[in-house]
Amino acid sequence: MRHLLSIEDLDREAIERILALAANFGTVADRPIKKLPSLRGRLVINLFYEASTRTRSSFELAAKRLSADVLNLVASGSSVEKGESLRDTVATLSAYGPDAIVIRSPYAGAPGLLAGWTHAAVVNAGDGKHQHPTQALLDCYTLKNRLGSLDGANIWIVGDLLHSRVARSCIQAFKLLGADVTVAGPPTLVPDAFAALGATVRHSLADMREADVVYALRMQLERMEQDSHVPSLREYTAHFQVNSRRLGPRQLLMHPGPVNRGIELSGEVIDSPQSLITEQVAAGVVVRMAVLYEVLAGAATPADVPDAQSRALEPQTA
Amino acid sequence: MSVFTAAPRPPAELLLRGAHVLDPGSGIDGPHDVLVRGGEIAELGPPGTLAAPAGAETVDGEGKHLFPAFVDPHVHLRTPGQEHKEDLETGTRAAAAGGYCAVVAMANTDPVIDPPALLRGLLLTASRDARVPVGFMAAISGGLRGETLTDMSELRDAGAVGFSDDGKPVASAGLLRHALRHQRLCGGLLALHEEDPTLSGSGVMHEGTVSVELGLAGIPSISESTMIARDAQIAEAEGGRVHFQHLSARRSVEALAEARARGVQASGEVTPHHLLLTDEDVRTLDSSFKMNPPLRSADDRRALVEALRDGTIELIATDHAPHGRDEKNVPFEQAPMGTTGLESSFAVLYTELVLPGIIALEVLLARLTAAAALIEFEPPAIVPGRTANACLIDLTAQWRIGEAGYESRSANCCFAGRDVYGRTLLTLADGAVAFRERAFALSAA
Repeated sequence: MRHLLSIEDLDREAIERILALAANFGTVADRPIKKLPSLRGRLVINLFYEASTRTRSSFELAAKRLSADVLNLVASGSSVEKGESLRDTVATLSAYGPDAIVIRSPYAGAPGLLAGWTHAAVVNAGDGKHQHPTQALLDCYTLKNRLGSLDGANIWIVGDLLHSRVARSCIQAFKLLGADVTVAGPPTLVPDAFAALGATVRHSLADMREADVVYALRMQLERMEQDSHVPSLREYTAHFQVNSRRLGPRQLLMHPGPVNRGIELSGEVIDSPQSLITEQVAAGVVVRMAVLYEVLAGAATPADVPDAQSRALEPQTA
Repeated sequence: MSVFTAAPRPPAELLLRGAHVLDPGSGIDGPHDVLVRGGEIAELGPPGTLAAPAGAETVDGEGKHLFPAFVDPHVHLRTPGQEHKEDLETGTRAAAAGGYCAVVAMANTDPVIDPPALLRGLLLTASRDARVPVGFMAAISGGLRGETLTDMSELRDAGAVGFSDDGKPVASAGLLRHALRHQRLCGGLLALHEEDPTLSGSGVMHEGTVSVELGLAGIPSISESTMIARDAQIAEAEGGRVHFQHLSARRSVEALAEARARGVQASGEVTPHHLLLTDEDVRTLDSSFKMNPPLRSADDRRALVEALRDGTIELIATDHAPHGRDEKNVPFEQAPMGTTGLESSFAVLYTELVLPGIIALEVLLARLTAAAALIEFEPPAIVPGRTANACLIDLTAQWRIGEAGYESRSANCCFAGRDVYGRTLLTLADGAVAFRERAFALSAA
């Protein structure tokens, strides 16, 4: 795999390969010394044009766990703020000879453009409202750990689908792994056109009890009332908040974070044992290790190496 | 009256031998010798019957077609203020290369074309730089701000073809009503970019399944069609005449057809890209496919082609909208809207609509010249006594768009890389040779 730009670039086999690799890295995470030499001497640049805590820190940690050098660039305080174009910034960074560039951009398609401008592998850490493939992969990883398999699982994604890159990547990834996906929320935030992605569209949570997994999305508070996507947050929570009244005891709960307590989720379900939210965060590191390994070492490794485990755990000689 | 100006050139003196002359408006369809003297069509005769007078050039037209040259009522020549994208020289050179003999430039320049003195200055510049006659639209509202009317009568006196806030809608119904009342005093085309800003919002592409899949903010079809319905009623009530620019949606076509059935004096134009491309082309997130109005659904595209065929939409406009390479080479949402079109329009439409039998060549030619009547330009015709406005095209020549570069200063053509048929070899505009294809020029010499 040369780049990871979109879940659309992957098939089931590729996702399962990444998840298996992540599981291998997961065994390392339990050891006292958590570092592997796999990407020693490689340079990973984190180029973040949007605020991010968990995605950026988990990419940084993932790269460091694999012994790569890491350079973090955020939009504020850099030349980006002085009006430098994306293309010029990339040309500048490419002069450092990075092996991978991880990019978070407020604009759809920015990672794809980057891939045409640099020799480095490009990993999409979220582009506009388009894609967030590593989030979807870590969600698949979390669910696979719990359910064993996503085949036939009934997953409901609830809330602001319209503005969510997480939702678009998750629908595609969950479906590739055999799950049935339902999307639910008010028609302003869940247009009927989501059916084109292969999801069932609902505008009510009345039947949410049929779900095995409920995946709630973050409401972007600043945007909602201002654009009349919802008349008020009170009105939204009355109909679409996932709370103990609506969530059954055996249903699993997920959320990409950060959570607005008391808006899309009630406090008691966040803290309940059925919540996988902290498991998702932990999965973020190992899955991003797997993705970095896949785009950097995976491609360079001869095809006759026996299996993912030996590739992951042996020091790289190249 | 509308004023069209080009740089002075020696009147054409040439004999075009044996070209297949197709001029649907004049009922001419067959091989002819065509003699052009002093920039006028002097004589048509059976092939091999006319002799070149002394000093006249002979051009071998055998196997080629001679059409009345095209007229584009809607281009952006970016002058003044954005000459890094296009200027009057490069823009009209692109027009000539596409077989056009006249173009109308929009007013959304920097500064906006609204003071009469600026318009007079531009006409003066055109009389020095323009390869084909160019006319100018003036703005409807001062600074395109949609608040107050421009000095419409004075602008017409200065030569404005008409009025358009193109790039922006006239959101205020009241302002449009006043513009229609002033049109009774000064005449001129009122060309409307129809879009309801409250429905378009921050949209960057057609609202539909593709926009939802890509996570891009959508511009719904009703943003255009509701404004067409509104403005048709205002025009009807005021007894005025309106022209709807770059129709993009089935609902818009229906709104126009309904208005015309009621007797509203309304016309409509459509671009080659809306006739041939859809929102599926945006999937690549290539900013070449970002324009306003946006590329819409396959169903919308079919409705536009049908409307072009049956005459509901009577003319084709390119909405030639050049942008610099660096401006387009950014993420889709950040890129400016627009595509160039003057050099590719005939070839893509001939290849994609005429060759497969969807539209007759005669219909395409009629739609490419019909704008003349609206903009007070003498309709191009290959008839003795008329000014030579004609293009010689090799319909069998295949070429790849953009492969040899562009005459335009900009390269943001949404059809780049397409293999097409129909190469312009020679364009006569306002009685002078405005374009000669390089290889053809060498072979003729």
